Amino acid sequence: MFRRIFFTAIVAGLLGGVGISVVHEFTTTPIILHAEEFENSGGDDAHKHSLRSGGISLIAPAHAHGPEKTADGDEAWGPGDGLERTLFTTLANILTGIGFALVLTACFALSGRPVNGQTGVLWGFAGFGIASLAPSLGLPPEVPGAMAAELAGRQMWWILCVAATAAGLWAMVFRNGAAWMIGGIAVIAVPHLIGAPQPERIGGNVPPELAAHFVAASLVTATIFWCATGWLAGTFWDRFSSSEAQEV
Amino acid sequence: MTQNAQKSATATVIDARATVLAPAVLALLLGAFLVLGTGFAHSDTIHNAAHDTRHSFAFPCH
Repeated sequence: MFRRIFFTAIVAGLLGGVGISVVHEFTTTPIILHAEEFENSGGDDAHKHSLRSGGISLIAPAHAHGPEKTADGDEAWGPGDGLERTLFTTLANILTGIGFALVLTACFALSGRPVNGQTGVLWGFAGFGIASLAPSLGLPPEVPGAMAAELAGRQMWWILCVAATAAGLWAMVFRNGAAWMIGGIAVIAVPHLIGAPQPERIGGNVPPELAAHFVAASLVTATIFWCATGWLAGTFWDRFSSSEAQEV
Repeated sequence: MTQNAQKSATATVIDARATVLAPAVLALLLGAFLVLGTGFAHSDTIHNAAHDTRHSFAFPCH
């Protein structure tokens, strides 16, 4: 079982991560680079987003956000534009892909239900709903330079929203009865009733047309990533089931 | 079904759950570690290296 979960997740996550890196290169990345031109052209305005809610963001601005210095006075390392940046983004996509695929295959195992390529796509859709769609209602995908609330609060809300949506969906899909259904919907609604942290002011330097395009691009590419990774994980999971049976 | 057969069936179910639970929990924890490490870590270096991934996957950034 250990080998089945980890091999399935690593192969599906690796292929899903490489595949989505190619898709990002033609969809989200050009918009990020375009937005950075506006972000860096705004003087003081460009960094207002890191000073929200009376606190300073815990994270230093990236290389793309001007020549910022760390607390020690050194410039924070960042990959150079071009091939180096693409390679680091691909590596980060692969690690994220394997991470999500590990969670997905762990859920295959815990569900105790047969999963193949076709049902894997449904699992992938659930992953998309949990990790992309639900959080985007409170925290829409952001281009660099967008105004946003303090980082740690947004991260906590994202994790709460993902956990609540996963728990709610599990109750609705794997338990029978109206009480589980109503309970599931209620749990999914909780983070949205609490509300995601929002910036005190809006109106960054990035044109709204670009920001809107990025939201669509991010959600579409997330759908592609989750469907592909779900299909890959389901397919390898199914293959491993027959090879394990043959070994026995 | 005899009592022995019932006991054996129960033991098989518990065994099956035990063999699934440990690797599944380990995979969940490692998966969460990878996603949070890449998408959420407050390290300048990791943030800069994974910057475009964080934006594209709509993880909270900056």
